[in-house]
Formats: sequence, C-alpha cells, structure tokens
Amino acid sequence: MEIEIDGKVAQVPDGSTIMDAAQQLGAYIPHFCYHKKLSIAANCRMCLVQVEKAPKPLPACATPVTNGMKVFTHSELAVTAQKGVMEFLLINHPLDCPICDQGGECQLQDLAVGYGGSASRFQEGKRVVFHKDVGPLISMQEMARCIHCTRCVRFGQEIAGVMELGMANRNMHAEIMTFVGRSIDSELSGNMIDLCPVGALTSKPFRYSARSWELSRRKSVSPHDSIGANLALQIKNNVVMRVLPRENEEVNECWISDKERFSYEALNSPARLTRPMIRVDGALREVEWNVALDYVAHALKDIAASHGGESLAALASPHATLEELYLLQKLIRGLGSGSVDFRPRRRDFSADGKLGGTPWLGLRLAEIKDLDAALVIGSFLRKDHPLFAQRLRQLGKKWGKVSLLSVSADDPLIKLHTQLTVSPADLPAALAKIVKAAAQLKSEAVPEGLESVAPCASSQAIASSLIEGEKGAIFLGNVAEQHPQAAQLHALANELSRLTGASCGFIGEAANSVGGYIAKALPTALNAHQMFAQPRQAYLLHGVEPELDCHDPQQALAALKQAALVVMLTPFADGAAAEYADVLLPIAPFTETSGTFVNCEGRVQSFNGVVRPLGDARPGWKVLRVLGTLLAVPGFDYDSSEQVRDEIVPAGKDFVDGLSTQVSAVPCVSWSLTSTPGGLQRVAEVPIYSADPLARRAAALQKTRDALAPSARMCVETLQALAVSDGASVRVRQGSGEAVLMAKADATVPAGCVRVAAAHVSTAALGEMFGAINVERA
Amino acid sequence: MAILGAINPMLSLDLDGDNAWRLTDYVKRGGYSALRRILEEKQTQEFVINEVKKSVLRGRGGAGFPTGLKWSFMPRSFPGDKYVVCNSDEGEPGTFKDRDILRYNPHSVIEGMAIAAYAMGAARGYNYIHGEVWEIYERFEEALDEARAAGFLGRNLLASGFDFDLFAHHGYGAYICGEETALLESIEGKKGQPRFKPPFPASFGLYGKPTTINNTETFASIPYIINLGGETYLEAGKANNGGTKLFSISGHVNRPGNYEIPLGTPFATLLEMAGGMRGGRQLKACIPGGSSSPVVPAAAMMECTMDYDSISKAGSMLGSGAVIVMDETTCMVKALERLSFFYYEESCGQCTPCREGTNWLYRVVHRIETGRGRADDLDLLSSVTTNIMGRTICALGDAASMPVQSFIKHFHDEFAYHIEHKKCLVPVDVQRAGSGFFTATV
Repeated sequence: MEIEIDGKVAQVPDGSTIMDAAQQLGAYIPHFCYHKKLSIAANCRMCLVQVEKAPKPLPACATPVTNGMKVFTHSELAVTAQKGVMEFLLINHPLDCPICDQGGECQLQDLAVGYGGSASRFQEGKRVVFHKDVGPLISMQEMARCIHCTRCVRFGQEIAGVMELGMANRNMHAEIMTFVGRSIDSELSGNMIDLCPVGALTSKPFRYSARSWELSRRKSVSPHDSIGANLALQIKNNVVMRVLPRENEEVNECWISDKERFSYEALNSPARLTRPMIRVDGALREVEWNVALDYVAHALKDIAASHGGESLAALASPHATLEELYLLQKLIRGLGSGSVDFRPRRRDFSADGKLGGTPWLGLRLAEIKDLDAALVIGSFLRKDHPLFAQRLRQLGKKWGKVSLLSVSADDPLIKLHTQLTVSPADLPAALAKIVKAAAQLKSEAVPEGLESVAPCASSQAIASSLIEGEKGAIFLGNVAEQHPQAAQLHALANELSRLTGASCGFIGEAANSVGGYIAKALPTALNAHQMFAQPRQAYLLHGVEPELDCHDPQQALAALKQAALVVMLTPFADGAAAEYADVLLPIAPFTETSGTFVNCEGRVQSFNGVVRPLGDARPGWKVLRVLGTLLAVPGFDYDSSEQVRDEIVPAGKDFVDGLSTQVSAVPCVSWSLTSTPGGLQRVAEVPIYSADPLARRAAALQKTRDALAPSARMCVETLQALAVSDGASVRVRQGSGEAVLMAKADATVPAGCVRVAAAHVSTAALGEMFGAINVERA
Repeated sequence: MAILGAINPMLSLDLDGDNAWRLTDYVKRGGYSALRRILEEKQTQEFVINEVKKSVLRGRGGAGFPTGLKWSFMPRSFPGDKYVVCNSDEGEPGTFKDRDILRYNPHSVIEGMAIAAYAMGAARGYNYIHGEVWEIYERFEEALDEARAAGFLGRNLLASGFDFDLFAHHGYGAYICGEETALLESIEGKKGQPRFKPPFPASFGLYGKPTTINNTETFASIPYIINLGGETYLEAGKANNGGTKLFSISGHVNRPGNYEIPLGTPFATLLEMAGGMRGGRQLKACIPGGSSSPVVPAAAMMECTMDYDSISKAGSMLGSGAVIVMDETTCMVKALERLSFFYYEESCGQCTPCREGTNWLYRVVHRIETGRGRADDLDLLSSVTTNIMGRTICALGDAASMPVQSFIKHFHDEFAYHIEHKKCLVPVDVQRAGSGFFTATV
C-alpha cells in the first residue's frame, strides 16, 4: 500500500492505519488515546487529519490506509479540527499546571502549547470529579484532570488481564473508577501511571516529591526477576526518586512490573546498612572499613588454617551481579573451599554436573509471541514473573495454546488451553503422564519407568497441543526449580521436549539465575542445601537473608548460629542478621554499583551505578576485590567491574554462549511415581513483594494486598478433615519450628495441601517449602 | 385503536380489536404468507433482495438508507455465524411508532426478520427493545412464543431446512443504544458505546460476525413488499421513496398520534388528519423527523410533501418520521434548551467533542433562556456546533448540533431578543396558554 502524508510517500503493509504510516515516516500526529500496545479506541479525536476525498476529518489512529491515499496532517481542515478538539479537552480540565504533579511531563500540557488557545471561551464552572482511593501505589486524587482516553481501562483489559478500572456514567459525568470499593491490585498496575497522558493517575509514592525537570535520567536494569526489564531511573540530589520503564521491545516492551517500579523506596530506607559492623562482646558495633576487612581476612584465614578450607562456605543471592558472583566464588575457591552456591531456594541438586550447558529459557523472549503452544510447569506465574506472564497472556489471546501444570490453581489471567493442578508430591507424576501421552501420540517407545503411568484427558490435551503446534515451548517455573524432585522434573521436561519438538527451559527465579552459572558460582563441594545440612565453621553470605531466602530457613539458621564466623555482605541492617552475623559489610544495591545481569534468555545487560553509595556502603565487587587482595588470593587485581565482566563474558557479547537445558544421565523416573506421602504437604509460594531484599523494604509495596501476612490456605475438604473452620487460628509446624496463622478456605489449593508462603518473617521458623507440614487448631 | 388515521394503509390495516396482535389474527390478515411462499417456492436469496431493492424501501429508523442495498452488503457466503438485528430502541424524542408496531402488529416484524435472515443466510436474530416500554417487550416475547409454536421460528422452518431463531433483548433506556453499534455492544453485555466505523457491522458486527441491523418498521414492511411485489410497493409511495410510512405526530395538534400515509403525501394533509392545530393557532415551526433533524419554519413546511427528498430539499430530514408541531405560543429558545439538555444528558461520554460539546451547548442555551445570555453567545454556539459536527465517533454529536444550528438560523431574531432583553419574545402568558398544562386564563 502506498500512502502520501504531507507530501512524503511511504509503503505500508495492508491493514496499517494512517498513524502507523505516519510513525514510519516520522510525521507526528497529535494524540492521546492511541497507544501502540493497546487496542484502538479513537475516542480522544485529537489525531483528526484531512484525507483527500473524505468530506470530514478522519482519526489517523483508526483509519485504515487505502492504496494511493493522500493525507494532510497540517492542512487547515486538520488543524482546525485538532484545535477544536483541544478546546473541548481543556474546557473541563483544570488549568492549574503549576500545581499539578504531572506538570512538565504532561501530554495535554505539551499539546496545548501547540493547539490550545491563549484564553478559554468556556466561562462556566468546571466539572468536579470526586477523588478515589484505590490502594497504595496509584493516586486517583485528582480525577477532574482525566480526559477519558481510557488507556488505563484498556491496559487493564488487554495487558494486565483484569479490568480493574472502567468508565462509569455517561456524558460529561463519565468517570474512571474501580468497581465500588475495590482497589487496584494488579502486579502491573503502575504502567497505568505511565499511560495516563494527564495528571489523573499519578504515582502515590512519588507524588509531589520532585518536578520532572529536576530529575536526571539514568539507564539501569531490573535486579528483580529473570526478565531483566530495562529501567530508567530518575535521580535528584543523588537520590533515586522514581523508576520508569526503558523501552526494549525484545525484553520488557514498554512495561515494568510494580515490583520494579516501586522497590526503589527501599534504597533510602532506614533499614540501609551504612557502616561496617563487627560483633564485639555479643553486640554488633560500627567500625571502620579497614578494621572490618582486616578482621574478616584474619578470621577466614585462621579458620581455613585450623579447620581446613572445606570448613568455609559461601552463599550468594541470585540477585547479586555477575561480577560479585564471580569474585565470591573465586575468593572462596582461593581459600580452598568448593562450597559456593547462588541458588538458596533450591532443594534438589542431583542434576548438577549432568547439565549440557547453562540452563536457560530455551528461546528468546521475543520468540514467545510466535509460539503455537506453551506449557508452564510449576509456577505462580503472575506473581513470579509478571512480564513473562504478560507475554503468555498476549499469546493466549491470539492463537497460542497455553497450558499450566502447577501446584495451585491461581488464576494467571491467561486464556488457558488446559490447567492441571496437583499437589507438589504429584507434580512429577503429572508431568510423567504428559510425557507418556506425548510418546503414545507420537507412537514412540514409552520412556523407561513410565510403563505404569496412565495419561488423563488433560495430559493428552497438553501433549497434543505441543505436538500439533509448529513451535512449542516448555517452561519450568520457580516451583519446578525449588521442588524436592527438581532434577526429575527437569529430566521429564527434557523428554517431553524431545518427543514434541518443543523447546525446554527455565524461566529462572532472579535477575542472575542464568548469570550465576556463567559466573561459575556453583559448588564443587557442598551445595546450598548441604552447606547447612552439614554445618560449616564459617559462612560468607552475599546479599542473601537466609531466614527468608533459603529453601529450609530452619536448617539454615541452625547452621549459622553454630558457626564460628558469619560474614554478611548486605545493603540492609535489619532482619534476623543480628542473631547470627558476626560481621556486616555494607554493600551497594544495584543503583550504587556497576554490574551485569544475565537474564533468562542469556542476554548480557551491564549497567552503571546511578548514585553515590549511601553512607560508607561500597560496591560489592570492590569489597570482594579487597578481601581477595588481603587474603593474597591470586587474580584479584581488577581496576574496574568491566575488567571482571570481560573475564567472564567476552567483551561486546550481547548473549552468553553455551546455553542448553539438556540434562543427561538423570533417569526419568528414579523413584516410585505412585507413592504419595502421608499427611499434609506444604505448598509455599514466594510472595511477589517478599521475593528479594529490596521489595521487602519498599514501603508502598508492603501496603498492597499482595503483601498481606501469610495465612494457611487449604481447600474446604482439608479444612473439614482437620476440623478447622475458615478464619480460625491454626498452629502450623515443620520440624522444630512453628507459626500461628489464620486458616483460610481457598479452592485453588489441592486437597491434602496447606499453602503457607515462604520468605516472610512470620513463617521463617518453618522448614522446607514443599515438605510435610502439621496443622492443628491453635 | 392503534393507529389514529391512515391513507392506503399496509402495516396498520385491520388492527382493530384486542387480538389483532395475535398470531391467529395476523395469519387471517395474510400474515406469514410471504415467508411461507419464499420457503415453499425455494426462492433464491437474490430474488428476495432484488424485490426489496425494487421497492426502494428506505430505512425507517432515521438515516433513510436503502434497505435492499444494505442487505446486499452482507457477505452471504461467509461460512460462520451471521446475525440480523432489529433496532426497536426507539429513543428519538417525538418518535413512538415502533412501539405501536410491536404492540399491535408484532408478527409483521418477526416475519420480516425471518425473511431478512433467509435472504442473508443468518440463523439468529435479536430484537433490541427500548427499556422504557417493558410491556411491549413482554408482548413481543409472547408473540415469539406463538411464532415458535407455529413453526415460524426455530429449526427447519416449514420443513424447508432453513433455521432461524429470534430473541428479544431489552435495553435500559439509553438513547445511545439506538445507534446500531452501541446497540450491538449492549447486546454483547457491554456498556452501550458506539464503535468506530469502519469496520461496519456488515463485516464486523454482533460478536464480531457479519450483522445487518434494521429498524422495526423496516422489517415490518418486508412481508408487504414480498406479498405485493417490489414495484407495487414502490408505487404506493413515490419515486425513490417506496411505500407507506408511519408518522408520529406530537405537539400542538388536536389529535397527536401515529398516522400511516404513503410517502409523498403533503404535510398539510397529514396535519389535517391530526385534527389541525390545537386551538386554531398558527403553525410556527415543525421538526419533521425526530428531534435531531433541523427545524423547518411554518411556510417552508407547508410546502413540503412527507418523503425523504422533499424534506431534504427543505433543509431537514425525514428521519424517523416523528413530526413535532410547534405553534405560535412556542418559545424557540426554551424548545432548544430542552432539546440540548436531552443530547447532553444522553451523550455516552466516549469521545471528546460530544462529551464536552453537548454540555457546553446546553449551558450556553440555558444561559440565554434564563436571561444571562451574552452578545457573542450565538457565534459561540455556532462555532461549538461546527467543532462537534463530523468529528465524533457516531452521529449523536451531529444530532445535537443540527437543532442548534437550525433553530438559530431560522429564529435568529428570537434568540437575539432573548440575549438583548433578558426575556422571551413570546410573552410568558402566551406560552403558558399554549402549553396545554394551564388554562387559558392565567
């Protein structure tokens, strides 16, 4: 199709709109309701343009291009129409930009300069719209500013998958609101603030704390989930004031999750550790850096000398940077220990050493939209990976058959092909059924050990969706990684991948879940579980909070409490560290250090520090470098984090090499699939705003519905079997630890299971995430 | 008595008696013979559409679009679901014909829709009935039950192999739901807001499927067209304006009500049928086609014949055939104020010019009416209407603007007097005398 806009000719594909063509040509057409990621509403009428032979001006966003069309965006007809619309938009809009939070970054303000009159012909009183309280993240305090573009409504319907905002009433009394009394709880809700072209929806934590022109903008990368969303951090006076998405179509498109948007509040929270601390006479005291580092170096050297190198262990957070993970493993190996790991929530490590490469997503994120079928195994999809779920949601809306096999029937807000929900213990068996169904459908030999498995209708439906589709993908979620038979699930998924031709991969728990493998932060002796099961003399903890981050916090705490030395490199001083840490070294969070995250698709994303470290905090890689030098470990003479990175990933590489989710020599079935443990099983999710140290300390996020204190959720049958009523207080017990929680009826939890969230102080005394659990009336 | 008067009636013929609406009476009047003939003779779809084309039946809902042409836009060979939808959401102020058709002759609509469905290959239909006429909705449901029981609806109609199911759906009284795409949204269970076109309903209609939407009276005329033949039907009216039409006369006449007359009948004849002007007063102006059509002053109106072309020549529209008659006691500012309030109130609020503009119009007219008008208000009104017209998603913006423009154009002096003297050109006691709510002696 050929189209001419203001004399410039463009070739556009069939079905394009005038707006598409204009963007291709770089011609700007004013607009408010149009957004490239949302459906076309054509309701603001700002993009009216003149089209040759059309008697009336037409909206560029909604008018399809016809061959030979001639469009004039600046003709008298077009400009008169645009100015007319602008006048209408402004008559009821408060003209008090100087006191509006959006002032300076407002599309209406910007366009009013070009299309608005200098004085208003509207002399009547303006519309008054009552404010609404919709939760701790979005402010709807000034809804009189709303211009009814419905971007927020469409975002909810189309991107977040849940229509939390709608337009009520009609005529000029139409207003955007939630269903009476409801709040906005979507994990992607903050994007509505970006989408709002005026000051109607604003960020509650940021509101009136800075003006947009006072802020400088710095690039960064999300340290939270494994997607590696690209961020733009806005800085004022050396403080991160706001986080916005930085558009990257291949990674986060133009969205970020609320966790990424609002976690910045933790960066300057009172919980920050700003000075090194050492335990002296039972209490932690502030000391100078040189004192602290000397102390650590000597203590480590002494313990290594007296108890052997293997008495040391190092555990890092998968949210740590690539450089930190690399230097940590280099340091601990230099001291003669192979006990280093970065996967604290993992329980089953039997695939270690049998991997064909670095486990990854199995395909690029941008390829998800072209899939015909996808199976997600073991995931609290929406809360674990909001943006990944969003991509699957778009896929489900088109032709993709998205299936979910998990341990809870939470609504992923995705149009699902099949949803299978089983107890954690039955997860491998359920996957085995799908594998067998696939083998039968392909008329291939049934893998060894699966002879007695009988596929159900749902597993056949999933298998056939993967076989029929030209491009399929199998994704192992966080539950599948944290599961006590993780290697089993991995092997079964691999087998399913081989049978169906679908790709297979891990979504990955954290920003560096792939990076940790690249950095070799992997055990050659004790892994993250063993290092606590077989208590060590000294622990080096980097960015982890074991009571919240470990698969079995009970066991971890016991081991830490008996250790002679616990050194924590952490940005935060609160929490349980005071109980077990001997040395606290303040390291910088991602905004104050340079570093690299390798996301789930193997994308290498380096970033710089955007503000000076708070107090005496120092970038983690520098602290480790100094320790390495003090301990005379060879190869620690780095000048920059880039030098460290280049040693791990060759310079200039966008993606790491050696990605493979193959696992060999793990049999599909290593134990009886049919046996189910007696008693109740725990189902533990990691709540979205408890998943990492930053989110845990973000004040606004902690006030959301997603951050409510954990309860013991069970289906009605389980409640009845325990003779416990909904809302009653129960004592849940694992090993020697217990917690008193409220019992809640929840039909999404499989029978025989109790859903008790991990990663929360109220449940930190409990044991394994998917282990046996006792529940009794409190 | 359903229809107060008629000349050569079709739709309103023999509608006396309490049971005229029932199936038995309808069949006695020759009802369902058109559908029976088409199905039994296995007429082609093209035949039916051609007959409708020949009849030059023009849409009776307001826009006057040729029905046969509209039907031919439907992708008849499209393999999936297709729908026919009847628009009985009669919300235009002054219009009250469709409810009488549904009240006294509902089976003509059912038969017409079945024929339309046959012609366009649709297997399902909906009749969207205005929410404020509940008893009409109930009666239509009863008529549907009768038709289903008699085999005129359902599977395998009259053993022809053709399936057609028809459902009644009632709205909640929003004017905008009479706009065809808002109506579709409402049937789908969404908020009644017009869709942007293109795509038109013929390609993307109800539930995204090809859909044809016609007015109640349009569908009701179909059986008569098939029975009489397209040409005979056309001759009943005048060239390019086939058939008879129901006119709803309201306002300052002695016998307000529905009248069926051939298109092309002089306005004077219609006025006479309605008993002439109330109290023998002079005609001042007339809104010939429902509140959204431009007002026509008395002299021009008396020259008109009641058909699409003649009214259009007089600068207005035949619209839905709602004739609002105003005599010399009418204050045109007050009349416009009421109309503008209606459009402001009924704007769906979706698109900017209409949402903001209709309110602005009302507030300015209200200001003038209440003696607070300003010298430049008439220019302002004219400018605001220009900014609304042709820039909205649906026609409501135009419908709100046209009365304002025409009232000011034809009765400029009256508006100017209002602004200048802060009072009405027509004295208040005269207005009251004419209103009918007060006795002549105030």
